[in-house]
Amino acid sequence: MTLAEIREEIIDILHDIAPDEDLSELKDDVDFREQLELDSMDFLDIVMELRKRHRVQIPEEDYGELASMHRTVTYLEPLLKDVARVS
Amino acid sequence: MYDTIIIGAGMSGLAAGIRLAHFDRRVCILERHTTIGGLNSFYRLNGRDYDVGLHAVTNYMPKGTRRGPLAKLLRQLRFRWEDFSLAPQIGSTIAFPGVQLQLGNGLELLESEIDKHFPSQKDNFQQLLTQIADYDELEQQPFEASARQVVSSTISDPLLVEMLLCPLMWYGNARESDMDFGQFCIMFRSIFMEGFSRPFAGVRLILKNLVRRFRELGGELKLSRGVDRIVHDKKHVNGVVLDNGEQLPGKHILSSAGWFETLRMCGDVVSSSTRGPGKLSFTESIAILDKQPRQLGHDRTIVFFNDSDKFRWEQPKTMCDLRTGVICSPNNYWYEDVSGKQQQLSEGVIRITALANFDAWQNLPEEQYRLEKLRWHERTVTSAVRFMPDFRRHIIDTDMFTPKTIHRFTWHDNGAVYGAPNKHLDGTTPWKNLYVCGTDQGYVGIIGSILSGISIANRYCLQTT
Repeated sequence: MTLAEIREEIIDILHDIAPDEDLSELKDDVDFREQLELDSMDFLDIVMELRKRHRVQIPEEDYGELASMHRTVTYLEPLLKDVARVS
Repeated sequence: MYDTIIIGAGMSGLAAGIRLAHFDRRVCILERHTTIGGLNSFYRLNGRDYDVGLHAVTNYMPKGTRRGPLAKLLRQLRFRWEDFSLAPQIGSTIAFPGVQLQLGNGLELLESEIDKHFPSQKDNFQQLLTQIADYDELEQQPFEASARQVVSSTISDPLLVEMLLCPLMWYGNARESDMDFGQFCIMFRSIFMEGFSRPFAGVRLILKNLVRRFRELGGELKLSRGVDRIVHDKKHVNGVVLDNGEQLPGKHILSSAGWFETLRMCGDVVSSSTRGPGKLSFTESIAILDKQPRQLGHDRTIVFFNDSDKFRWEQPKTMCDLRTGVICSPNNYWYEDVSGKQQQLSEGVIRITALANFDAWQNLPEEQYRLEKLRWHERTVTSAVRFMPDFRRHIIDTDMFTPKTIHRFTWHDNGAVYGAPNKHLDGTTPWKNLYVCGTDQGYVGIIGSILSGISIANRYCLQTT
């Protein structure tokens, strides 16, 4: 997956978790916690969705890397570069 | 082999099932009754739809709110706000002799009512709010601290203490006389700070959405399948044996049947007899009216009434205790259709809840049970019209359910609506892979039970692999 595809994928997961949110205006450099008021249960869900969809294991000590869109995409890039996006 | 077997298809069991099935666990929900919902079920009689438990869905927040229990459960279950279609209440009342406090959704109205009727308590009430906020964030008080003591140490007018406790106990206190301060804070937030709402179609809308989602995700739901016993060795459970003799193996078991009820399934009679199950059960007297309650001058969503200065929350010695009660009119919500036009239930409905004695109702011969229902329906209505306009000549149909009915739907010992007084907040049991969720884990109400199922499933059945 390219960086743009990874971003798409995260948007897809966020849309799944919070279907009422308008994500078209999401700012990549602002924390999800601040923009969407996601809490620890939601971050865990992002991790579990990534595992479910792409078999990516994210160790607990790395959860902080998923704070914003920019950081998430950067963190996931090496893990997902050989994975094809299925949509 | 199931990854998780869930006992009970009420709100908590269904919610747990959705979480597990969503993350590809093989999961089966077993329900003893012929229908889903547990306490929050529904039925049909004489061509009319009735809810069992639901007066109001608490924890109301308008669409777009990102915080609070409702927002959290929608995200966890991947629902849109519209899937629950909650219409806010018009307004509710706490009615004691000589003084009434009005409630709306959000704290504002209650605060101004307290300023008006209890001016000396204005600052004390603000201090109580701080204590509740501190409890949430710092957990300074233990969950089981006495709410009466904590609240009385801040609010110095005993009448206001009783008036604040009354609705919170009615909608979620399993303990007689007093209330756990932790439970008090949860209920205070869900009722006074957030508030009441209801889907136009009643509780069936929520249940149908939960079941549909569970099945779409591949979950199995088996009705009329009571669990006779849980198979276990010293430290682990291995599966269940059903009433019909069928055996189902499972890696985890999540039980919403209640603490004592679950331990009994494990053959654990000793620990299941200590500290006792709950004793508080209700009757519900329902009247269908030929007019809308508002046409009779009654616009209240819920009225919590008590006919003296002292609120008594105890199992009645007789069949029912009519000194206190809850009057609910499902008509009195701001219902809107999809285009935003106001809509209304086709008939007027008044539901009145009274405290009732399980044994007294359970032990009646069939014919007398029928007669007592008629007698206590009339008495309950007579008690209620002291606190609302007299609607008796507008009644066109009635129904009543009793602790016996509640037992049939919930299988709780004593038909205890809110389960056992001592809660098991972490959900664990003496067996490593057996957990409890629902009423006896500690969260009550529709939103509370759903969150209970979600949090216990997350913690023990999803994160451990």
